[in-house]
Amino acid sequence: MSGKSFESPWQRIAFFTLIALFIVMTLFPMLYVLKISVVTPEELGRAIPTLWPRDFDTTRAPYFFTAYETVFSDPIFKQALVNSVVVAGITTVICLIVGSVAAYALARINFVFRSSVQSLILAISFFPAVAIIAPLFLQFQTFGIIGTYWAMIIPDILFALPLTVFLLLAYFRELPAGLEEAAKVDGANIWQAFYKITIPLSAPGVVTTGMLTFIFAWNEFLFANTFALDETTQPVTVVIPQFATTYTTDFGAQAAAAVVVTAPLVALVLIFQRRIVSGLTAGAAK
Amino acid sequence: MSVASDARPGERGSGDGFFARLRGDFANSERRTGYTMVSPSLLLILVIGAWPVIYAIWLSFQRVIAQETSFAGLDNYATMFSDPRFHSAVINTSIFTVLSVALEFVLGVGIALAINRGFRGQGATRAIALIPWAFPTVVSAIMWRLMYQQTGGIMQYIAEKIQLVSGPILASEQATLFAAVFVDVWKTTPFVALLLLAGLQVIPGDVYEAARVDGANALQQFKSVTLPLLKPAIVVALLFRTLDAWRVFDLFWAMSDRTVESLSTYVFKGVRISQTEFSLGDAAAVFIFVTSLVIAAFFIRGLGSQSAGEG
Repeated sequence: MSGKSFESPWQRIAFFTLIALFIVMTLFPMLYVLKISVVTPEELGRAIPTLWPRDFDTTRAPYFFTAYETVFSDPIFKQALVNSVVVAGITTVICLIVGSVAAYALARINFVFRSSVQSLILAISFFPAVAIIAPLFLQFQTFGIIGTYWAMIIPDILFALPLTVFLLLAYFRELPAGLEEAAKVDGANIWQAFYKITIPLSAPGVVTTGMLTFIFAWNEFLFANTFALDETTQPVTVVIPQFATTYTTDFGAQAAAAVVVTAPLVALVLIFQRRIVSGLTAGAAK
Repeated sequence: MSVASDARPGERGSGDGFFARLRGDFANSERRTGYTMVSPSLLLILVIGAWPVIYAIWLSFQRVIAQETSFAGLDNYATMFSDPRFHSAVINTSIFTVLSVALEFVLGVGIALAINRGFRGQGATRAIALIPWAFPTVVSAIMWRLMYQQTGGIMQYIAEKIQLVSGPILASEQATLFAAVFVDVWKTTPFVALLLLAGLQVIPGDVYEAARVDGANALQQFKSVTLPLLKPAIVVALLFRTLDAWRVFDLFWAMSDRTVESLSTYVFKGVRISQTEFSLGDAAAVFIFVTSLVIAAFFIRGLGSQSAGEG
């Protein structure tokens, strides 16, 4: 698409310089950390940092960069990846079930408290999570679930819920209600209309929502850092800062750990970017 | 956004039309199903959100030692407000919030206006803007810490070359605080820009056309057309960012090896690390909760006056 014309070639140059600067500033840290993860400690130790990698470090493992070998041979890191997948996965499934039902009611049924319920759910995303860690800590101790996956999943559900509900709400509203009405005329009740018609029709929206909820839960740090007591349940967000302590001088390993955790996120975001942008900004534009 | 426009259930109930409508809801099977459908979400909010907040407020007036509680009155708050660590937490968090939100807003408006202009590569630029948003904050902090290191750290090298700093950035608390602002600006400006862009894209083009016919130049157009129409999006973005910055935790935690205190790290240290300061940490948590409410009320009033003025 081409935009409005520029008044002078200089304006055009200035405009594209600014855009280029923005793109470079955004991408630079990722590329630089990628570079740190593949070069030798000697290259990192140079007085003038190199921009382009020169000496690749493959000493310990042929065909594989040493830093990645360090990261993947670390049992704590591998366990942390599993923990992150479990916590984020269960959170996502529960949020999708609870959230899709609520979003459907908010999209289709006109009940008195509708907009109040909607505001209440939205208000959660403005709520400071840190305010409830003390009471939750005591309660989880009493219930004996401190240090288990559930101690993270339970609060994660609450804070991921507004994201799930508002994304799904936007998708359900886009869907014409005609088909559901037809189903109801044929004798389907509202639950049947919901899971036999609305859910299958909005499958792409449900997938995108699930993915964003997963990323949200994957990135959570405060509850994980508070309620996961050791490496059997700690997710990657907790383990990576510890990595910086364990491998204090091994910057390559720290960089490699950061790359391993963020590469899948970058891929997901680029694949689903169009849907993500429309979903995330739907709430703000209205 | 429906925060401001929504009446509280209580206010809406003033008048018997409300009760009649509520009775109507429960007489109608479809609308009754509506309540059933939102009830799991409401239950979660009640049990995991509302109840802990009440519990947290109660705890802040207690002395908690090894799960035994006894009434402490305002002791926790008195200790907190005279604690130098709490003072530095308030100062650091305030500096961080004001600087990062201001920078993100100014840069975000600029980027949103640029992307909104429309050009070849617009879609790709928007996609790239999303990437830092998807990163876990702790991982962003670790990435930038690598760039701030003395060994192989390009930011440290540049900062020394332009004589911004004389020693290692991460060895100075003050420099680390500004470094943290920089990381937050990197991570969040693109997202602020996308929120504002969504607001810009719903402004109809003929409004600008009219302004141009009236002889308004680009700056006047921005001031008299863009800003007022963009105000709801601006308020939402500012509210969201300010509250987020006010409760900053991950970034300070990972950037400074736990040396630079924020309000949230103060809470965490009390609740999770210290054996004796559990309720002190909880009092600070209540402080964050109450101040967040004040901040939210401030912004929502800003939005409310807007909608009232515009009709």
